[in-house]
Amino acid sequence: MATAIDELVALPARQVARRERLRLLWHSPTFLLGLVVVAFWVLCALVGRLLVPHDPYLPDLLSRLKPPSAAHWFGTDDIGRDVFSRVIVGARGILTVAPLATLLGTVAGTSIGLVAGYFRGIVDEVLMRVVDAFLAVPVVITGMLGLVALGPSTATLILVIGFVFTPLIARTVRAAVLAEREMEYVQAGRLRKENALYMMFVEILPNVLGPVLVEFTVRLGYAIFATATLSFLGFGIQPPAADWGLNLHDQYIYLTGGLWWPVLFPALAIATLVVGVNLLADGLAQVYER
Amino acid sequence: MGRFLLRRFGLALVTLWLLSIIVFVAAHVFPGDVGRRILGPFADPAAVASLNHQLGTDQPILSQYWSWLSGAVTGHLGTSLNYRDSVASLLGRAIGNSAKLGVVAFVLVVPLGILGGIVAALNRDRFLDRFITVAGLSAAVIPEFVWAIVVIILFGVVLRVLPVTAQAPEGSGVLTQLEYLILPAIALVLVLFGYIARITRAGMIEALDADYTRTAALKGLSWATVIRRHVLRNALLPTVAVVASQTGYLIGGLVVIELIFNYPGIGYLLFTAAQKKDFPLLQGGVMFVGLVYLTATLLADIAYSLLNPRIRYGSAE
Repeated sequence: MATAIDELVALPARQVARRERLRLLWHSPTFLLGLVVVAFWVLCALVGRLLVPHDPYLPDLLSRLKPPSAAHWFGTDDIGRDVFSRVIVGARGILTVAPLATLLGTVAGTSIGLVAGYFRGIVDEVLMRVVDAFLAVPVVITGMLGLVALGPSTATLILVIGFVFTPLIARTVRAAVLAEREMEYVQAGRLRKENALYMMFVEILPNVLGPVLVEFTVRLGYAIFATATLSFLGFGIQPPAADWGLNLHDQYIYLTGGLWWPVLFPALAIATLVVGVNLLADGLAQVYER
Repeated sequence: MGRFLLRRFGLALVTLWLLSIIVFVAAHVFPGDVGRRILGPFADPAAVASLNHQLGTDQPILSQYWSWLSGAVTGHLGTSLNYRDSVASLLGRAIGNSAKLGVVAFVLVVPLGILGGIVAALNRDRFLDRFITVAGLSAAVIPEFVWAIVVIILFGVVLRVLPVTAQAPEGSGVLTQLEYLILPAIALVLVLFGYIARITRAGMIEALDADYTRTAALKGLSWATVIRRHVLRNALLPTVAVVASQTGYLIGGLVVIELIFNYPGIGYLLFTAAQKKDFPLLQGGVMFVGLVYLTATLLADIAYSLLNPRIRYGSAE
């Protein structure tokens, strides 16, 4: 157990560091730009349905594949749905799946990383080899295999992406734990014969939260990439959702005929969201890894 | 050096074996009833049972794994349900096409990425450096299919200068084939450029800051000679390793690129296998992709140790 004096000394120092990091983040143009972009799409995901000019799911067979106009800013798709409305509400699917999958991978990966880093030895060795095995095949391909085996749905998509990310996150956390376990407070805890679970989750975990947060944002970028790609391939978010990747899956065949509007706008939406999340991750990494 | 490479080879074999377990669990255990998964919920139970018998998925799980693994080691990956052809020969044909596309992409991206990294490092912290780094990494995080769509709209629809499929007409010459491969290759280049440029830049900056570079400059060598003989030789070492690891990203990207450009390579084959729930082809394909990646990394390790005297003359590690 930490003594009362320990807490008195440690807490203000930690608070000061946190305030300093917030101040740095607030002055980082990379982070702020990322924040604006991501906040925009989060807003669309939450209340987009109320903001759009047309029903994003209502087909209008009399105005199919119409180019952008005053009535339909981004044109209409192959069954006459308004592309602008679909792009706005389309943020919801991907912004549900990707954060949940990343959260799942982060919780599982952090636990495994703590165990491997704290105990070293055989657990550690096995974990590193499993990470290597996962890295040998691109996430999209392992994801495709998992989704075909389990049957594609939003739930399995979250599960599969979270599962594939787990060993990768575990490796990052393990590296951070390896540095921590040499510190005096860990050795002191060992001498006091503290319970291993207490040492890992109460003593070490708070000190590796920085790298965990950075890893979460970096992985979130990859999760959006993976969700979009798997949905584009038809194994991710399923119809009739207005998801961007799924929309592209349905509409890209019209490209060869020169009909670019049902395709370009969802593609740009994916691009801005991925870049936005990566800017956030970059900003966080710069502050935490100084 | 021998021990170093032997250890790497051993690790690659262990990794491949673990991958086989992951793939097997995904393809045989996750679906529960494999035959049911393939035929769907409304299929006749007799048909499901007969498919399970044909696939061997009615056997105990360990003996299934054993017969699959022993087959895979000798190159027998089973028969594709969809194509009714041996998985190994299907993969063999597809990898040739993918290799063509991959080579075109690498021939474009490796020199460009290295050049970008060198230019960025020589202009460190100035506008050009920021531009190359930020643009390169932003391009790298955008999915390949988004880039494919953007280049198709730009070159195929607006400018109308390049064909929007990758498969050249039957019997066309090398140049025509190349012309058809340019657009898909550009989409891959956009994704790969940032990583190669970043690692080259980092290597360059480390070498530029090193004592030996200052010594070389101070003993009166011309700046061009210092860069060429002292900086570049050291800076490009990590790039070799990264280029090899990019083959993994490349194959992942090929799935969507080959689908969009309608090109019969390994990515397209894997996609069809997944779509048709063709488990023998899918699991053979995933193992094959892992094998290609591990071979590329191993070759990179060899190249790296041949180029790097610190490993060439050192003991293991």
